[in-house]
Amino acid sequence: MAQADSKFVLRLADDHLILGQRLAEWCGHAPTLEEELSHANIGLDLLGQARNLFAYASQLLGGTDEDRLAFLRLEHEYKNVLLVEFPNEDFGYSVIRQLFFSAFMHPYWQALTSSADAELRAIAGQAVKEAAYHVRHSREWTLRLGDGTEESRQRVQTAVDDLWSFTGELFEVDDLYRQMMEAQVAPDPVSIAPTWRETVVATLEEATLQVPTETWMQTGGRVGRHTEALGHLLTELQYMQRAYPDMAW
Amino acid sequence: MVAQTRPMDPLLDRARQVVDTVPDPELPMLSIGELGMVRSVQWSETGRLRVALTPTYSGCPATEWIRDRVTEALTEHGFTDLEVWFDRSEAWTTDWIRPEGLEKLRASGISPPRPSLTVVGTSQRSVERIVECPLCASSDTERLAEHGSTPCKALYRCKTCLEPFDHFKCH
Repeated sequence: MAQADSKFVLRLADDHLILGQRLAEWCGHAPTLEEELSHANIGLDLLGQARNLFAYASQLLGGTDEDRLAFLRLEHEYKNVLLVEFPNEDFGYSVIRQLFFSAFMHPYWQALTSSADAELRAIAGQAVKEAAYHVRHSREWTLRLGDGTEESRQRVQTAVDDLWSFTGELFEVDDLYRQMMEAQVAPDPVSIAPTWRETVVATLEEATLQVPTETWMQTGGRVGRHTEALGHLLTELQYMQRAYPDMAW
Repeated sequence: MVAQTRPMDPLLDRARQVVDTVPDPELPMLSIGELGMVRSVQWSETGRLRVALTPTYSGCPATEWIRDRVTEALTEHGFTDLEVWFDRSEAWTTDWIRPEGLEKLRASGISPPRPSLTVVGTSQRSVERIVECPLCASSDTERLAEHGSTPCKALYRCKTCLEPFDHFKCH
């Protein structure tokens, strides 16, 4: 049985950790109490998925403490896609960021349920059910905002246009990823693309939003070249571990 | 002579019972056995008691707490050489909640999950699903929010008796 490379597992873990942290920032600030709960709950799902991935990565690395991986690396050592570190901005941005990410992760987890790596299969088996809810939730809000008032439509369209160029990274294949594909640990992103596009395009169209035609895509997250937003996020995420090294709850 | 599928082991039966009856912290009227979280309770080759649990959700904050309570309960009953581990090889599903667990959920005002006959869809605007009011049994209900007081629940309202209630999501 093939085993995943820890660097590949960490990429996936970082995507989920960083987006989970972003969603947690809505605590105390969401437009309604129900949405605050929803964002916190989705963030918790992502954090749980990240935790399982960090635990596995630390096992692959011969027992490195998973907290050190999650909390004590430097900015350029995080390998998440840039999309997930994008600031919350307004509620529309958060909804669209989630739609773009979850519409990718749902079929991706589905594919990972038949990975050659047994641990990834197990993590994916649970995560795929959670991701289905995340797609549904962000889809419903995209429809409500897009097909809502002139103000909400305009703001959510701006979010779609701004975030579009951050979606290309989800499908990137480099040498490490190619190895994972060859070992049948990870799926070919090309096989995920039609499902992603179908979900995203159908949702945007139903929400009366324009699907961007821009083809130029941002890149850099997978090699640790981040936007300035990540550093600010990490100062909060890492504060407790840096102020009180090795603290535990 | 009756063929026995496994040798009698009262000590192991006792351990199974202890594990089975540990209450869930978020739904204290249910035990982790009724919730379907206990995969196996066995002796290892060296005589260590091994307990396999399956967490309900990836991000369930109670996971470690439950492991500690199981360890505590077994220790109180004299089991000292033990190991509690998480078996994620098969994902937990609400279908594993025992019938008496479903009944207890209903009795405490939480509409229980229905058998997950279909995979939760993502393409429809919202999945049409009949959720019964746990108070008056009306099926004329509406969803107020996708998430409720814990990650495993959604908030509903009964249009017949007008009471809001939690629904344990199918998973």
